[in-house]
Amino acid sequence: MRVMAEVNEFNKVAGNKLYGAAFRQALKNGKLTVSRCLKCGALFLPPRPICPECHKCDMTITTVKGQGKLVAFTVITAAPPLMLEEGYGRDNPYCCGIVLLDEGVKVTARILGVDVRQPEKIKIGTPVTLEFQEIVRNGEKKTHLAFRVTNSPYAVQ
Amino acid sequence: MLKHRKLGRGVALVGAGITKFGVYPREVRATDLFAESFLDMKKSVNKGLDDRDIEALYLGNYSSDLFEGEVHTAASVISRLGLAPRPAARIEDACASSGVAFREAVIAIASGVCDVVLAGGMEKMTNLTTSEVTRTLGLALDPVCEAPSGETFPGIFATIATAHMAKYGTTPEDLMRVAIKNHRNAALNPKAHFTVSIADIMKRKVASLAAKGVPPPSWKDEFDFLRDDSQNPVIAYPLRLFDCSTVCDGASCVLLAAEDIARNFTDEPLYVTGTGQASDDPVQERSEIASLRAVKEAAAQAYDMANIKATDVDIAEVHDCFTIAEIMAMENLGFYEPGRAVYALRDGETEIDGILPINTSGGLKAKGHPVGATGTAMVMELFKQMLGDAGARQVKYKDLAHGLMLNIGAHGTTAVVNILEKR
Repeated sequence: MRVMAEVNEFNKVAGNKLYGAAFRQALKNGKLTVSRCLKCGALFLPPRPICPECHKCDMTITTVKGQGKLVAFTVITAAPPLMLEEGYGRDNPYCCGIVLLDEGVKVTARILGVDVRQPEKIKIGTPVTLEFQEIVRNGEKKTHLAFRVTNSPYAVQ
Repeated sequence: MLKHRKLGRGVALVGAGITKFGVYPREVRATDLFAESFLDMKKSVNKGLDDRDIEALYLGNYSSDLFEGEVHTAASVISRLGLAPRPAARIEDACASSGVAFREAVIAIASGVCDVVLAGGMEKMTNLTTSEVTRTLGLALDPVCEAPSGETFPGIFATIATAHMAKYGTTPEDLMRVAIKNHRNAALNPKAHFTVSIADIMKRKVASLAAKGVPPPSWKDEFDFLRDDSQNPVIAYPLRLFDCSTVCDGASCVLLAAEDIARNFTDEPLYVTGTGQASDDPVQERSEIASLRAVKEAAAQAYDMANIKATDVDIAEVHDCFTIAEIMAMENLGFYEPGRAVYALRDGETEIDGILPINTSGGLKAKGHPVGATGTAMVMELFKQMLGDAGARQVKYKDLAHGLMLNIGAHGTTAVVNILEKR
């Protein structure tokens, strides 16, 4: 009985949607979660258990529509091992950046649908749409948060 | 928000030492480098130092864990210096580790717990491959969104740079000006990793190509050279190789003493009159991307404690881990209005003979950035300059009454500012 009670305590922490574990689990299931402070209304991505605006702990989980615009970006050629393993690197650079969502929160993510060979043509302010990038490697599936440039003259399919 | 704070008692800087920054053989450990910087520091204490007067060590060290497979390095260092059983604590605040170690040493003396404290930092980075170093430094990024996006350290500053460029019209040439200036300064600093200006790097390339019988390239000037992908490849757009600080090995340390005993060590003590430190959220959660809130906050605390304004600063060593970071430091420390720092760079205001010399040491860019050693290395440069002991790179035309150092951890998630005064 004591062991069961302990397991339940651990699961309660793992399942708390305001903590990182649940955020990552939600991403795997194709959901981008944010938390909203019920006292002051502020939104947070990733979700937080404590509001840094009013310091209350009255948070609820909500989702976002997934529409936004690019506010900062980079195209990386000197890649860390994580990206080298996915086949990125000097000959295959990748874009990541910060997206301002319509709801008013920002998120760092992979940016798809841009011409990484011509980074000077990637425009800040370009509209982007949420997409979950699935990478399968050695039989293991990983889901990464990404946004795709769709309705831009510079979009690449 | 800002509460007026004063040190409990005066604290003086009475010695500073550094190793040559660069690539040391694999056999050399960071603890060896620290001992080397300690011996250099001892030479700087002009009335001599009896090691037994040291009461504690605060050591900045980012990741001997991954770079060298060693932890608990503060105890290891105090043992190597023959100073056990004195207390020793390691501070890890990413690239701000020894800037924060310095501040903690100041606080230890100001509190009255210690009279004489050693603060320093060290890093042995070059045993790893470039990709492994990129990963190790990247561990200071936000693990929830930034790291899985493929962000790297150059990447996150490049991301910030695009926001700065979009907001203020900052150009790649403005970034190049920081690199050109800092390499030129490092050429005058024998302890720097790269003791060569970009103009001379360019000349050497031309000569080496000519020796191979290759027709010499037609670079007009340093900017032309830096725009050449074959010489200065993009690391993370818009940052190129020469926008990035160098990966190297090194150590630095300084000796701090209570003001009332400072003259036992030197007739020319410098005084630590202001210190400030702040933290921030990952970039995505900041209201503003093109400036660093923690830098503004740490600076405000330090100016208030020192009872000076940004315009009173005569010389500064700032955290140019990437060229864009020096431009933002100039703005966020209040030296220039947002978006105006680049005009000062274009006019040469921050050169050694300018009205506000910045990074006379060569900065992280060219002196080198052995992460944990950087903060106290900045203090070391201020010590040299303010005492008129900086050799060929000495600022000559003005009296250096107030020196400021800014050390940033990660992408501004930590910032520490310390102010020195000569009386």
